[in-house]
Amino acid sequence: MSVIVLIPLAAIVAKAFSQGFGVFWDSITTSEVLTSLGVTLLFSLIVAAIGAVMGTIVAWVLVRDNFPGKRLVNAVIDLPFALPTIVAGLTLIALYGPRSPFGIHLAFTRGAVAVALLFVTLPFVVRSVQPVLLEIDKEVEEAAMSLGASNMTTLRKIVLPALRPAIVAGSALAFARAIGEFGALVLIAGKVQIASIIIFADVENDSPQAAAALSVVLLVVSLLVLLVIRRLGGRSAH
Amino acid sequence: MRISRPATLSLRTVALLYLGVLLLLPLGVVFFRTFEHGFGVAWGWMTTPAAVSALWLTLLMAAIAVPLNTIFGVGTALVLVRGKTRGRKILDSLIDLPFVVSPVIVGLALLLVYGQQGWFGNWFQKNGIQIIYAVPGMILATIFVSLPFVVREVAPVLIEVGDEQEQAAATLGASSWQTFWRVTLPSIRWGVAYGVVLTTARALGEIGAVLVVSSNVAGSTLTLPLLVYQRNSQLGSQAVTGAYAAATELIVISLVVLVAMTLLGSRRSVAR
Repeated sequence: MSVIVLIPLAAIVAKAFSQGFGVFWDSITTSEVLTSLGVTLLFSLIVAAIGAVMGTIVAWVLVRDNFPGKRLVNAVIDLPFALPTIVAGLTLIALYGPRSPFGIHLAFTRGAVAVALLFVTLPFVVRSVQPVLLEIDKEVEEAAMSLGASNMTTLRKIVLPALRPAIVAGSALAFARAIGEFGALVLIAGKVQIASIIIFADVENDSPQAAAALSVVLLVVSLLVLLVIRRLGGRSAH
Repeated sequence: MRISRPATLSLRTVALLYLGVLLLLPLGVVFFRTFEHGFGVAWGWMTTPAAVSALWLTLLMAAIAVPLNTIFGVGTALVLVRGKTRGRKILDSLIDLPFVVSPVIVGLALLLVYGQQGWFGNWFQKNGIQIIYAVPGMILATIFVSLPFVVREVAPVLIEVGDEQEQAAATLGASSWQTFWRVTLPSIRWGVAYGVVLTTARALGEIGAVLVVSSNVAGSTLTLPLLVYQRNSQLGSQAVTGAYAAATELIVISLVVLVAMTLLGSRRSVAR
């Protein structure tokens, strides 16, 4: 564990500060790096938010609704976990690239980045809300209704509070994943400044110190997210 | 909650449309692009020496990383749940690190440790072992990114089954080795299996970490995901068909993984 995970991560921190704190500070405050951090965090937030709403709706439909083919749909949810991320990126080029069958040219734009991130993070919220929704006590809902609560009130006062920890935990995982995502974005990000892609470019251009410095910042953000997830006790999803 | 028929229907439509646009439509288009110039052309791209070697390398890397991570994962889960060592809490939080560290950072980290100017790079080079820009480095990267799956699947099962049966076995004179094989392992087998499937999926599809430490030479250090990346970056629409062909191979593999996931997933929840 420590040989495979900790020593390499320590090497990154060492490299980032190898030329002193001043150089580290300079390399993470260039306008390119600051933009990329802003863009990456903003996109991850947006994607986590959309994922929270859509993931909850999907989980709801999978648990409370009944329709033919439901089990198949349920199985398909895990597809982003099973599918290599580079394939996800390629599919988006096929759909929205220069030869798009629908005439939608999203590839290499911010829209494509958002769609790619939504794709890879889809299962997190669904898979963390679903089991909670299954186990939730329907009697409480029925009691609320029989006491005259409207659908909206029941949803707001009974159902959502019960689901909130699962939704937050799922979106936190999605957020963490989105910050570091590379495979799905490398083909389609174009000129959008994504932190992980800038790290890769730095490595290719033989400037490991700059790459390590940006990595340290991303690592700190990821660790914070990890801490938040632990606090919530949301360990049901992967 | 009692939801009216129209509301149910519209929620269902929204959910299914979202999934269809996000998941299924893209896959369909990849299949279409792969076979648009006929099956023969696609098959040709799948059977070039580079593609065949990439398929084998991908499978080889999974074949090495998955068993190692399975053994490590079951061991770690046992330490976390049954152990009494002091560092348990720290280990428990560290285990999830590979999930939140960007794969590119993993690659960079390995480069800094085992690369030419890295911490141990010199020692390995003197002894004639090349790790970075070679298969060993790619395997290390794969092990890193797929490390936590088995632990995270097995640990909750271990908590749930409790240790009463194990203690009973021990009082009846079973050695700890016998207890593990006859009592513990059978009770956690579905958790292990599900973790193995997740590990396999990740190991087969990893690109970010592997891309950094691979020399990207066709025939020796190119995996299927790397082949997709490389062919897509080449100019000309023919190479792009090649990229789609390699992607189709990966999709077929991951559909198999997905079926295994679904089957084991339901077995697992029944077992719980």
